[in-house]
Amino acid sequence: MTTFGRGLLIVALLTALYAAFAALRGARGGGREWVVSSRRAIYALAAVLTAAVIVLESAFVRSDFSFGLVADNSSTTTPTFYKLTAMWSSQSGSLLLWVWVLSLFSAGVLFATKRRLREIVPWATAVLAGLATFFCALLVFKVSPFTSIANPPTEGAGLNPLLRHPSMMFHPPMLYSGYVGFAIPFAFAIGALAVRRVDAEWIRATRRFSLIAWTFLSIGILLGARWSYSELGWGGYWGWDPVENASLMPWLVGTAFLHSMIVQEKRDMLKVWNVSLIAGTFTLALLGTFLVRSGILDSIHAFGASTVGGWFLGLIAVVVAGTAALIVSRLPHLRSERRIDSLLSREAFFLLNNLVLVGLCFVVFWGTFFPLISEAVTGHKASVGPPWFDRYTVPLAVALVLLSGIGPLLAWRRVTLAQVRRLFAVPAAIALVTLAGLALFTDASSSPASLVLFTFGAFTIASVAGEFWRGIRARRLVSSEGPGTALLSVVRRNRRRYGGYIVHAGIAVVLIGVAASSAFNHQVDVRLVPGQSADVGGYHVRYLRPTSSVSNEKLAFGAVLDVRKDGKRVALLRPSRSYFPSLDMRMGPIGRFFGGESTSEVGLKAGLRRDIWTAMQPDLSALQPGIRAGNKQLANAGPKAQAFAIAFLATSYQQKSPAATFRLIVNPMVTWIWLGGIIGLGGALVALWPSALASRRRITSLYAARLGRELSRARA
Amino acid sequence: MDPHRKRSIRLAIALGVAVVLAGALIYTSFSAATEAQQPSQLLASGKQGKSYELTGTVAAGSVRHQGDVLLFRVRDRTGSASVPVRYTGEIPDPFREGREVIVKGALSNGQFVAERDSLVTKCPSKFKKKNSQ
Repeated sequence: MTTFGRGLLIVALLTALYAAFAALRGARGGGREWVVSSRRAIYALAAVLTAAVIVLESAFVRSDFSFGLVADNSSTTTPTFYKLTAMWSSQSGSLLLWVWVLSLFSAGVLFATKRRLREIVPWATAVLAGLATFFCALLVFKVSPFTSIANPPTEGAGLNPLLRHPSMMFHPPMLYSGYVGFAIPFAFAIGALAVRRVDAEWIRATRRFSLIAWTFLSIGILLGARWSYSELGWGGYWGWDPVENASLMPWLVGTAFLHSMIVQEKRDMLKVWNVSLIAGTFTLALLGTFLVRSGILDSIHAFGASTVGGWFLGLIAVVVAGTAALIVSRLPHLRSERRIDSLLSREAFFLLNNLVLVGLCFVVFWGTFFPLISEAVTGHKASVGPPWFDRYTVPLAVALVLLSGIGPLLAWRRVTLAQVRRLFAVPAAIALVTLAGLALFTDASSSPASLVLFTFGAFTIASVAGEFWRGIRARRLVSSEGPGTALLSVVRRNRRRYGGYIVHAGIAVVLIGVAASSAFNHQVDVRLVPGQSADVGGYHVRYLRPTSSVSNEKLAFGAVLDVRKDGKRVALLRPSRSYFPSLDMRMGPIGRFFGGESTSEVGLKAGLRRDIWTAMQPDLSALQPGIRAGNKQLANAGPKAQAFAIAFLATSYQQKSPAATFRLIVNPMVTWIWLGGIIGLGGALVALWPSALASRRRITSLYAARLGRELSRARA
Repeated sequence: MDPHRKRSIRLAIALGVAVVLAGALIYTSFSAATEAQQPSQLLASGKQGKSYELTGTVAAGSVRHQGDVLLFRVRDRTGSASVPVRYTGEIPDPFREGREVIVKGALSNGQFVAERDSLVTKCPSKFKKKNSQ
């Protein structure tokens, strides 16, 4: 079966090469049939890669350890859900995922533009096919997901236990779909530049793909944060780790692009800026993939040094140099006649928002690559920590929240001061009331940055609510609908606008959660024995008793914690630590069950106002004599005797009333981050949902065009 | 003032602000950064009390728990020089002898006293075994 998989990849490589060749031939006047053929080749590519993914996935499901990838990342005891998702826990598997998603997106966009953008599409197809060729070549020549093992082992190494978390399994495909999705608008931007058709047509044709890509990337980032919070034992969701930053950078620039492309659509401005932004977004997406896979920066994610770094650097260099050359050579066509008329206009605020986002990206970029920069400048590798990032990103994020509340309310071209007063009087009043309330009744003023962010967040949410209210009122003036129906029809008539508003509110909620949880959390690390207790953030936590459990997959040692506030029980939490057996027999027949990978299972009581987060590290030193004795006496014993010994050790742990180190955190408003994410996702879906109105309009215009053609033909 | 001139002035101001901000960013990044050192470098030229980022692998047989304190030695990736580390705080899940780690702290009497929660352990690459061809 591995040979079949390898064969499929070779067919995919040839198909992608052919698609690129046919597209170029069609683009350079070779005739329409070449363009059609290249499109069909992309469909074929998607089909072939889908088959390759199915071959690999079915090997995972069958636990076919003659596949090297399966033996390394799965085992018979791995739950089926994790078997299905173990494909992308390895380098070659995740590269296969990348190119598979790329082929699906490419097929989708070429299907959608079948009868549109006749000049641009061939070039865009060539770019997409070129990218697919690169990744297929990587999979065929460099890192094959279909390596075979001559003498398959009876048991695989299993999935890295740290990755066994539902959000971790969806995180990579979401992130990759986001990265890859931005390839679509990028390819069409290149196509538009190549044929000098730089009006907003390419943006309109790929708008939905940009939005889908952005949505996937956002979900991916939030899932990563969620995983870090609930699976890693440190209790945070963001640590300015290079690989986290790698996913944030394309998100920031992509967000800027989503806004500035509206300016080009409506006002025919910012053309150079837009092609630069989308090229930047896609380059950063490639860089993100590269950073995870190259190991050039010290990160917990850098899975050792990798062999594909050089290839990626080459691709990034080609993308950057090619795009820059193309933009420079097309500068005369990209000039806009229009200028920004007034600083008090929507386009001016969109531009300002763009500058803040790009500024944020620059900060993140500089901090992330600082080890390399400093080594080049001073000869010493040095790095900057979270405080440095916070110093710059906090004020910029605060500014962003404010801008997201102002920009959408302003009209294009020019707004008078009187209009500004009318639009912002209520939101500003609400913001001031919030500020006064927080300053008087809470201790929020101990963190000025958070206080400002809460105030601006209230302002943004209020101004978004105001827009909805104005829309409903206007609707009810012209129709006899009730408020609920009026809301629905207003949103339905302008999905993008109202979807965008909802996203703005969602992001304000996310940032409020981030500010509250990072400024006002309480954390203690304590060592307790059963019966002892500790206080954290007004809560009284008592270590009631130790627990232990044995399953065929892992051993777990945990604790039952009684959390009380003012004497009343708030929660009973059960943090624990799981030990996955090592395959290294040198640790001894018993020792290997304790010496393998271990992961923290967090005990969490989540709430709207605060989370109570607990993790524990058991002290297993009391078990060491037993483990050593077991290693000696049971070296040649059967698995049954070993299982008995392990069960005995696990039970004796409970009786020894062992000490354990606990991390206890009271974290305010973390739930708001996830809620804000869900609100934002809802907004994105509203904006993305196919509008019946728009498709009706499209069909009408198609008919009108055909009618016009027939009429002119009849006249001639 | 004619609009063209007004625009150029605006542009100049915006560019000026951007340059100043970028300058501040770059300047502070150099002053706020912590130098990364391998144990051998630290032993040869490390200054007492100065903050460093120590990188290397956890030496075999060196990990000991002393209540809340974790004691271990960090060894050069290639070579035998090693430094004793005294660490408190959260121990990352993949932490183990032989793993690559990064830990922030300062030298004090020959011992590297780490900042709380500054230990980073790289994901094990052992999940890539050699038997697949």
